[in-house]
Amino acid sequence: MTPPRTLYDKLVDAHTVARLDEDGSTVLLYVDRSVLNEYTSPQAFTGLREAGRQVWAPERLLGVVDHVNATTPTRTAEMPDPGGAGQVAYFARNCRDFGIELFDILHPMQGIEHVVAPELGLILPGMVVAAGDSHTTTYGAFGALGFGIGTSDIEHMLATATVVYRRLAPMQVVVDGRLPLGVTAKDVVMALIETIGADGATGCAIEFTGQTIADLSVEGRMTLCNMAVECGARGALIAPDQTVLDYLKPLARAPKGDAWTAAADAWTKLKADPEAVYARRVVLQAEAIEPMVTWGTSPDQAASVRARTPNPETEASPARRRDVARALDYMGLQPGALLEEIRIDRAFIGSCTNARIEDLREAAAVLQGRQVAEGVRAMVVPGSSAVRRQAEAEGLDRIFLNAGFEWRQSGCSMCLAMNDDVLAPGERCASSTNRNFEGRQGAGGRTHLMSPAMVAAAAVFGRITDVRRLGA
Amino acid sequence: MEPFQTVEGGAAAMPAANIDTDVIMPKQFLKGIDRKGLARGVFFDLRFDEAGGPRETFVLNQPPWTEARFLVVGPNFGCGSSREHAVWGLAQLGIRALIGTSFAGIFFDNCARNGLLAITLPADEIETLLALAADPATCRFTIDLAEQVIEGAGRQLRFEIDASRKHALLNGLDPVGVTLARADEIRAFEAAHLAANPWLAPAAAP
Ligand code: SF4
Repeated sequence: MTPPRTLYDKLVDAHTVARLDEDGSTVLLYVDRSVLNEYTSPQAFTGLREAGRQVWAPERLLGVVDHVNATTPTRTAEMPDPGGAGQVAYFARNCRDFGIELFDILHPMQGIEHVVAPELGLILPGMVVAAGDSHTTTYGAFGALGFGIGTSDIEHMLATATVVYRRLAPMQVVVDGRLPLGVTAKDVVMALIETIGADGATGCAIEFTGQTIADLSVEGRMTLCNMAVECGARGALIAPDQTVLDYLKPLARAPKGDAWTAAADAWTKLKADPEAVYARRVVLQAEAIEPMVTWGTSPDQAASVRARTPNPETEASPARRRDVARALDYMGLQPGALLEEIRIDRAFIGSCTNARIEDLREAAAVLQGRQVAEGVRAMVVPGSSAVRRQAEAEGLDRIFLNAGFEWRQSGCSMCLAMNDDVLAPGERCASSTNRNFEGRQGAGGRTHLMSPAMVAAAAVFGRITDVRRLGA
Repeated sequence: MEPFQTVEGGAAAMPAANIDTDVIMPKQFLKGIDRKGLARGVFFDLRFDEAGGPRETFVLNQPPWTEARFLVVGPNFGCGSSREHAVWGLAQLGIRALIGTSFAGIFFDNCARNGLLAITLPADEIETLLALAADPATCRFTIDLAEQVIEGAGRQLRFEIDASRKHALLNGLDPVGVTLARADEIRAFEAAHLAANPWLAPAAAP
C-alpha cells in the first residue's frame, strides 16, 4: 500500500521524469506550462541561441510584456527608456523566432503575467507551472504547482520542458472560521507572514485548507497564494473545488466538451489523502485577523492597522533590535507610533496580488462618493487590459476618476517601478502590492502594504486608516 | 560554468536579515539583454552614495574586504524577486561563496546554476564565522568543496550539500546539456503524461 500523500507530493510524483539522486529528493520535473516576460527571459534565449538549441514545446508557452512598459492612460508602444525598448524588441524577436505566442504591449489581452494566464484559462488544476517570476505561486489557487525560477532554469525549461527540482517539505496552513467584515484574503496572507516570518516557509510548499479558504473566491485565493512566496514558500496549493470549476469553465482557453468533462472529473479527485503527514502545520483563526499594514521594509514587519510601530528596545535579540531600528529609520517612523496617524503622499492600487476585478470593485466601493485627500497622488493600474475593460463596463473607472484617482493602462508599474511610475526619495505610499523592500517602488521610497480597500481608505483620509471606520 | 573546487580568500560579514534581491541588484540594472556589466550594480545603494562615490561605512568598501570572495550573511538572504541578475552580479564582483543560516529558494538555485556556492550552517556556527569575518586578522577562509569544509583561523567547520549540486559545482557542468542527454526519457514521459491528461495539450487561440 502506498503511504498517504499530500497534494504537493502527488503533483511532484505525477511530474517526475527521473530521480536524480538516490533518495529521490532531487528530480527531473516535467513542466506543463510557462509564461515568459521581457525582463527575466532575454539571457535564457541568448543561451539557447549560442548553443544552437530549440524550444521543446513552444505551443505551451505564452510571452507577456508587463514589467517595463508605460501605463500612461493612453496606450502607446513607446517604451519609457532605451533599456526597456531593447528588452521588448528582443523579446518580440525571440517569440517570433521560436514560435511562441506573444501578448505585446498593444495586444488587447496584455497585462501582468499572473493575471493574464489565469483569466485566459491557461492555468489548470494539477499542472506544474514554472516561470521566471517569483509570484508564479499564484497558480496554487487552481491546485496547480506554480513556482518561480531564475533565468538559467528558464533556459533549461525552454530547452527540455523540465527543471532540476529539489523536493520541498509540505506545510499545512489551516485558516478556520469566517473572516470579519472588512478583512480580505490580503489580510489573511499578511497575518500569516507576520506570524511565521519572511523565511517561515522557506524550503516548504504550503497547502492551504480550512473553512476560510473554502469560502474565498478564486481571485481571493490567487491573492493568498501569490503572497505565499513572501514567507519563503516556493509553491502554495489549494485543492480544486466546485468554486474553481465554475470559474474555469467559461474561460477562453479552458478545455471544452468531452475534454472538460474528463478534466473536471480528474480535478475533483485532486486532494491530499486524509492521513497525509505534513512537515509543519500552522493554524490561523479568521475571526482574530484584522486589516493589516506593514510598517517596515520586509513583508513580515506588519501589524493590525490599529496597532503601533514596535520599539526596538523591547525586542528580545540584538539581531532583531538592529533590524527593527533599521527598518523604522528607513521608513522615517518613530517607535510606538500609531499606524493610523501615518500620513501618505501616494496611493497605488495595482500588481499581480491585488489588481483583479474584485479588487477594483472593493476599492471602488470605498471611493464611491468620496474624494482623495489633498496632496495625495493616487493611481489605479488594472492587472490586465481585460480587467480594465471589465471595470469600465461596470463604471468603476468613473468612480476612480471622480474620486481623483488616475485610471491607467495595465502592467506591473509601481509594484517594482521598472517603468517611470516611481516614488521620489522619502515619498510614502499606501500600496496594494506585495513587497515593501527598501527602494522597491523607487530609491528612498517608503511602502506600506495593505489591501486595495485599505489603500482607497488611506487615499481618502491622507493617512493610514482602518477601512472598517467607513462601515465597509 | 566555472568549477568550484578549493577557493581561498577574504570573507566579509553582512549579518542583516532578509537582504532581498532588490537590494542586491536594484532595478536600474535589470534593463539588459545579456549577463554582462552587473558588478557595479551589486548592493548599489549600500555601496555608493547619491554622488556615486563609495560609502565608507559599507563593509565591501573597507580594506581588506574590498577583495572579499566570501560573504557571511544573515537569515533569508536573497529573498524576493527571482532576478538571477543578483547572482550574476555577485559572481562578477568576484564572490565565490555565501555562508548563512538560510537562503531563499529561487536565489539558492540560481547560485548553484552559476558556480556560486551557497552554504547553510546552524546559527551558532554562523555567529562564529561572522565574528571571524568581522576581524581583519581572521577573515581569510579556505573552502574545500570536495571535503565539504570551511577553514578559518585554524578552525574547521563541516557543511552539508546535496550530492547532485556538489557534483555539478565541482565539475562546472552545463545542466541543459546533461538533461538533453535524457531527451528520450522526457519524450516517453511526455507521451504517457499527455495521454493520461489529454486536456493539457493547449487549446488553439480562439
Ligand atoms: S506585479 Fe509586481 S510582483 Fe507581480 S509580476 Fe509584476 S513586478 Fe512582479
